[in-house]
Amino acid sequence: MYLSPLVSLLTVENLTVSFPTSDGVVRAVRGLSFEVEAGHTLGIVGETGSGKSVTALSLLGLNPGADISGSATFGGRDVLTMNQDQFRRVRGAEIAMIFQDPLSSLHPFYRVGWQICEAIQTHSRVSRAEAKRRAIDLLRMVNIPQPERRVQAFPHELSGGMRQRAMIAMALALRPKLLIADEPTTALDATVQAQLMELLTGMQRELGMAMIIITHDLGLVASSADRVLVMYAGRAVEGADSRTIFYSPHHPYSRGLLASIPGATGAGGRLVPIVGNPPSLIRIPSGCAFHPRCPFAMDACVREQPELVPVSEGAGHVSACWLPAHAVGLSPAVDQVRTRYATSRRGQAVLGLPGVAAALKGDAVHA
Amino acid sequence: MPDPRSAASSGVEAEPSPAPRPAAEPLLRVENVVKRFPISRGIIFKRQIGQVHAVEGVSLEVPRGETLGLVGETGCGKSTLARCITRLYPLTSGRVVLDGTDISTLSRRQLRRHRRQMQMIFQDPYGSLNPRRRVGSIIGDPLAIHHVADGAGRKRQVQELMEVVGLNPEHYNRFPSEFSGGQRQRIGVARALALRPSLIVCDEPVSALDVSVQAQIINLLEDLQGEFGLTYLFIAHDLAVVEHVSDRVAVMYLGKIVEMAAVRDLFSSPRHPYTVALLSASMIADPDRARSTHRVVLAGDVPSPINPPSGCLFHTRCPKAQPICSVEAPALTVQAGDLAGHVTACHFPVAPGEQMRGAEAEVRQAAADFAAAPLGEAVEGAG
Amino acid sequence: MSLTPLETGLPPLEEASEVAELGSARAIEGRSPLWLALARLRTDRMAFLAAGAIILMALLAIFAPLISAATGHDPLNPNLLTGTNSFGQPLGPGQGGYILGTDNVGRDILVRIAYGARISLLVGVLSTVIASVAGTIIGVIAGYYGGWIDAVLARLMDTVLSFPYVLLAIVLASVYGPSLSLTIGVIAFFSWAAIGRIVRGQTLSLREKEYVEAARSLGAGNLRIMFVEILPNLVAPVIVLGTLLVPTAIVFEATLDYLGVGVGPPTPTWGNMLADAQGSGFQDWWFWIFPSLTLLITTLGFNLLGDSVRDALDPRTERIFAMRRKSGRGGADGADQEAEERLLGEAQPG
Repeated sequence: MYLSPLVSLLTVENLTVSFPTSDGVVRAVRGLSFEVEAGHTLGIVGETGSGKSVTALSLLGLNPGADISGSATFGGRDVLTMNQDQFRRVRGAEIAMIFQDPLSSLHPFYRVGWQICEAIQTHSRVSRAEAKRRAIDLLRMVNIPQPERRVQAFPHELSGGMRQRAMIAMALALRPKLLIADEPTTALDATVQAQLMELLTGMQRELGMAMIIITHDLGLVASSADRVLVMYAGRAVEGADSRTIFYSPHHPYSRGLLASIPGATGAGGRLVPIVGNPPSLIRIPSGCAFHPRCPFAMDACVREQPELVPVSEGAGHVSACWLPAHAVGLSPAVDQVRTRYATSRRGQAVLGLPGVAAALKGDAVHA
Repeated sequence: MPDPRSAASSGVEAEPSPAPRPAAEPLLRVENVVKRFPISRGIIFKRQIGQVHAVEGVSLEVPRGETLGLVGETGCGKSTLARCITRLYPLTSGRVVLDGTDISTLSRRQLRRHRRQMQMIFQDPYGSLNPRRRVGSIIGDPLAIHHVADGAGRKRQVQELMEVVGLNPEHYNRFPSEFSGGQRQRIGVARALALRPSLIVCDEPVSALDVSVQAQIINLLEDLQGEFGLTYLFIAHDLAVVEHVSDRVAVMYLGKIVEMAAVRDLFSSPRHPYTVALLSASMIADPDRARSTHRVVLAGDVPSPINPPSGCLFHTRCPKAQPICSVEAPALTVQAGDLAGHVTACHFPVAPGEQMRGAEAEVRQAAADFAAAPLGEAVEGAG
Repeated sequence: MSLTPLETGLPPLEEASEVAELGSARAIEGRSPLWLALARLRTDRMAFLAAGAIILMALLAIFAPLISAATGHDPLNPNLLTGTNSFGQPLGPGQGGYILGTDNVGRDILVRIAYGARISLLVGVLSTVIASVAGTIIGVIAGYYGGWIDAVLARLMDTVLSFPYVLLAIVLASVYGPSLSLTIGVIAFFSWAAIGRIVRGQTLSLREKEYVEAARSLGAGNLRIMFVEILPNLVAPVIVLGTLLVPTAIVFEATLDYLGVGVGPPTPTWGNMLADAQGSGFQDWWFWIFPSLTLLITTLGFNLLGDSVRDALDPRTERIFAMRRKSGRGGADGADQEAEERLLGEAQPG
């Protein structure tokens, strides 16, 4: 594989997840491979329907109805082949997860403190009093005011932000080796978000915990991830260390995102949007799934799916795109290189694709 | 698909310049608006048991053709303020003057005429369009309600509008569910544009959209502003978006404006401690900038608007709070050394270059304490 | 649905773009939610079966006079010559040209069932329509205006729903004498509240929708909001409720007849036939088994159709639920639902 031979905590190889529905098979994840190193943070970036959340749920065995193949090795064991019992031991103690919606992991009928104590006592042999003391510490740590009183509260008695923090406290209770955070702060306000990220990075430093942050928020990734994986329509389209992704992206989708978000590295005075919409996972476009929206689409992109291959000189920079490996970056000059390369490899049919058509009108690339 | 962007970009500057205009009457003037929601108990025999102080005396002005960004976190009252301005909610007190007319006391009948000047774009592209109605009739609604056009004339106007916002006019008879989020938001924009209003209140117009689609709508709004001379009140919690679209920005906290300034001024030299914390907390998609900014962590939570604190509303969380802050509410005034038009409501504004520190150390300490504590013996079989 | 390009392998470029072209042309005339529901309904085998049973009953009702003419058996008058055997006893099914046999005065059970279907379907459908219209109007008004109007109307609905309706029907029938219109009136009166209560609940949530707010911000009045914004969203639930209410009404009517306070004898109704069959035991089983069976088939047909219609109108309840089960997760918020919608391919880019 392309990844560095460092200490890998979790190795996911060729993960494929699909759901049969009455409308057809939803191909949520299509051959995804990545590694998470101990103590590091991997950011998985993608939009709605990119398969990023499904990936996380599969790693925790929370997708029972799905057809899953591939492997995910954690501590020498493949978590994808574990049974529920084995999973229960790993979940919480070694791999913990926080969701966007705290109510999905807090039971509405039990007091918050009781739930945290249960989590602690399931996995470690401590007295009830000790567990409760630790629950209060945890709540204090996640900055919940009056933690002695709040342990007695039911989830609905807490505000949305506090619930989110209580869930994070529960996830951190056993000091997991790996924390998977699925849109951990999306529902939260900026200042609360900052508070929590400070806490999570603090915990990471102290405990050497690894994190997978799954989000659509490039800002969150920029400030917290060591390595970034960009997903589109169930596949990884680009992977690199954080600075490389943000300053010298190779894949047109990564480049497009950075040019379309205010304040991002690729955004100039006027934003350059990506045309069209993310595809349905039932009817995924042929070849490279991004080709209908891509300003640099070529004949090959429609016919053949590009594999993740090393690009540029950066360590571990991989991209799944037919454009030449040296075409990395956000500057108009690089866009010209891309355009020149693509123009000579286009048939008539490609010119009608929305992304290319917009590019030809001068809409989708830097003028 | 016809593209309005290319048509508009030829005649319009991409970024509206915040050039000072002659001191004419602003299009929108909000004076001391207060909105409180009573909390009552009982169904038939209601009695009031308290009230939510949603908006507490907000005054602002939006000059013609400009964009005022309104930022703040959940529950700060920004959406309530927007609904007070568009008269979806009656005011508790205060005035809203639109184009020289005080619309805050008009009856519904009188208000109808003025509604044509003022439209709203909503946050949720899924919730703001009736799923059982055809897009053509949704966009034609304002024309029908105000008896502007009927029959074929209405259809023609609606199709023109669809073209302007970048929708295929042939999709006139489709239903909202057949469109993507971004296209739905374009439908919402077309509806708001139908009566050629002068003011559009945008309530978080892009926050529910996919990241790759947000820019489409932001650009569309910018183009339309140039083309039709629109004035926007732009509400958002995403500071980068607000920075991008606004000429001036107002920051709200617990129903009050705590700071207001020209966009560059506010982002380069924020004075109110809350603004400083908010700006430092915003996540920028730029690793070098993100990692070099010192993130100010605020202690605690936003207090309940049912029981707001005394004095300065921010004093319970403010790292710079002094005894006076809990007693006396500071006025929104120009602080020493600030440009005209940069107003801050603070007794001890943050000096330019001052490094404000919040509860960062405490958070870090708590993490360290937790990590240092013994975990206890593992249960057999686990771990 | 044709295979996706991925499933068919790698298609030539021309074909791919052609598919896209076709896609956009096909969907220019919008497919309404009801149209989509109908399309879904057509693939539902259970719905076909249920609709078949209902159509069979309807045909029976429509052609009742023809059946009577063809067999030469009158539904009301005993067929003195052929209707009983030489001992004056009723004929069993198949005997003497009586497919379902005769009752104890020698009337053709098949013909009477066919005429009974007329009454049952008429009462079932008409009372449901009246109840649906009344329930919808009152429910919308209660839910939309809220406040004391809602308080009064909601209590009224509760009161109607908690009435001992059979008792009242007996009292009314004894005062005014049993009749068809009275039966329809009584059934409608006791059914509207069930619809009204659900419509009220739906309206309560619909009126908080952003598009209602949008309409209000455009200056739309209350009537316009109720009729243009809210009512179209109630069509689906009311259709479902109505379909499920018809069998209840049919059973209700049969009950009233059986108790002798509905459409009085000698009019052939299923309830009357069952009342007549009272006392006949296993020996004359055809007296009661055929009316019971038709009643069962009709009500089952409407109930199954109602379920199918509900699933077709609101496919997400069923499918997302299935998905929930699979993913094994609890609640979800807006963003999740959106994601699921996208996953399910509901939001197709145009």
